[in-house]
Amino acid sequence: MHPIRKKRLTIVIFLVAGLAVAVGLTTYALRQNINLFYDPTEIAAGNAPVDVRIRAGGMVEEGSVVRDTESLAVRFRVTNFTDSVPVEYVGILPDLFAEGQGVVAMGRLNNDGLFVADQVLAKHDENYMPPEVADALEKSSKGQHKSPYADKAAESQAY
Amino acid sequence: MWQFFHKLGSPKWFFGIANRFMPWLLAGGLILLAAGLVWGLAFAPKDYLQGNSYRIIFIHVPSAFLAQSIYIMMASAAVVTLVWRMKLADVFVKSVAPVGLMFTFLALFTGAVWGKPTWGTWWVWDARLTSMLILLFLYGGAIALDRSINDEKSAARAVAVLVLVGVVNIPIIKYSVDWWNTLHQPATFKLTEKPSMAMEMWVPLLLSVLGLYLLFGWLACLRMKTEILVRERRTRWVKELVLAGRK
Amino acid sequence: MAFESFSAFLAMEGHGPYVWTCYAVFVVLLAGMVFWSAKRHQATYRMCKRSHDQQARKGQAKPKAAATFTRVEISQD
Repeated sequence: MHPIRKKRLTIVIFLVAGLAVAVGLTTYALRQNINLFYDPTEIAAGNAPVDVRIRAGGMVEEGSVVRDTESLAVRFRVTNFTDSVPVEYVGILPDLFAEGQGVVAMGRLNNDGLFVADQVLAKHDENYMPPEVADALEKSSKGQHKSPYADKAAESQAY
Repeated sequence: MWQFFHKLGSPKWFFGIANRFMPWLLAGGLILLAAGLVWGLAFAPKDYLQGNSYRIIFIHVPSAFLAQSIYIMMASAAVVTLVWRMKLADVFVKSVAPVGLMFTFLALFTGAVWGKPTWGTWWVWDARLTSMLILLFLYGGAIALDRSINDEKSAARAVAVLVLVGVVNIPIIKYSVDWWNTLHQPATFKLTEKPSMAMEMWVPLLLSVLGLYLLFGWLACLRMKTEILVRERRTRWVKELVLAGRK
Repeated sequence: MAFESFSAFLAMEGHGPYVWTCYAVFVVLLAGMVFWSAKRHQATYRMCKRSHDQQARKGQAKPKAAATFTRVEISQD
């Protein structure tokens, strides 16, 4: 290879490598801001600020959804299968909202540890399958009292 | 090997190769894409959770795939421009940037329309969506920079540096869903692992991804030929080509 | 077929507007890009051909004009 080209190639490699390190360090330093939401463990540990608009994300705990009969108010718990946070919300929930489904709530944490949400978004996983397959999966895992995605959820705890 | 590399840089040689491949790329691309989309829209089963709205995946994922692949190809060409000063590499970067911009826009647009019925929002500032928006600006910036500099050689170098700097955004897009908490779910369509999707949904997705790749190949060849004609219009080989009436 | 009828296919169980908007925008943009690129190539090719044709015609009319330097007498009156 021609020495001039070699020199240019070295410069290019150093440019990209240096930039990658710089961006890597910046994103690492800002990781708390890049994370879209706090998970229940962080909130339970007191890492989330109180009375500041934040997002909380996790799974809607099975059997925790209580709907108000007269209004659109709803209470549920968001869990990552280690800790859970109670959430209160008034408004229309997305179609995908259901027990055992992923959810990201935006709102404020009050002093009693209750998360008062003003927006609830549904989070789904990367698995797609026909309804029959999902039913079959659910049936086969019923015996173990486990949702078909419990494995996946346990895996995603390691944020 | 170096000889082949330099031959690759010859615009005349590229014209011949492009002409040979283009009909196949166009035909294959259209057939695969049409098959994938019709299969995905009408024949693939609906999703157990999202129902029919998931059918947007058959255009969303291919568009996002192309948006990122084109950028990686442009960055590789940018290295060749900067190190070897090969004309054809710069022609490639200039020709495909608008195509990349279009696919990035399509990925963002279809994602937003899909997000409304599934997540409950058009847009959220999570790491995946934001880094994809940055990709859109990188494409736009490369096109604008190229147009703002009149001298062909300086424009080529400036654009190459910009494209190369922006390449750090690509791993951020890819791994954003694994590194941080995002609303966007992890990748469904993976090249290295077993897909997390039923086969009768995955096959049409694969067909449309392949079809779009081929179609992009055709578009790239065509647009590069145009750019070469503009740049080499005074050369002897172009003169012979057009006087003989060959395309 | 995953749908019972054509109207069910269009409605997509209520998700029709979302799905069809996406597909429409996708097809329109992609087709637009293909046609725009093809048209631009054609225009560029024609432009090249025209200028080379013109030069070729000029060359035939005055075969030696390009090769020799001839003094051009310009009348001043």
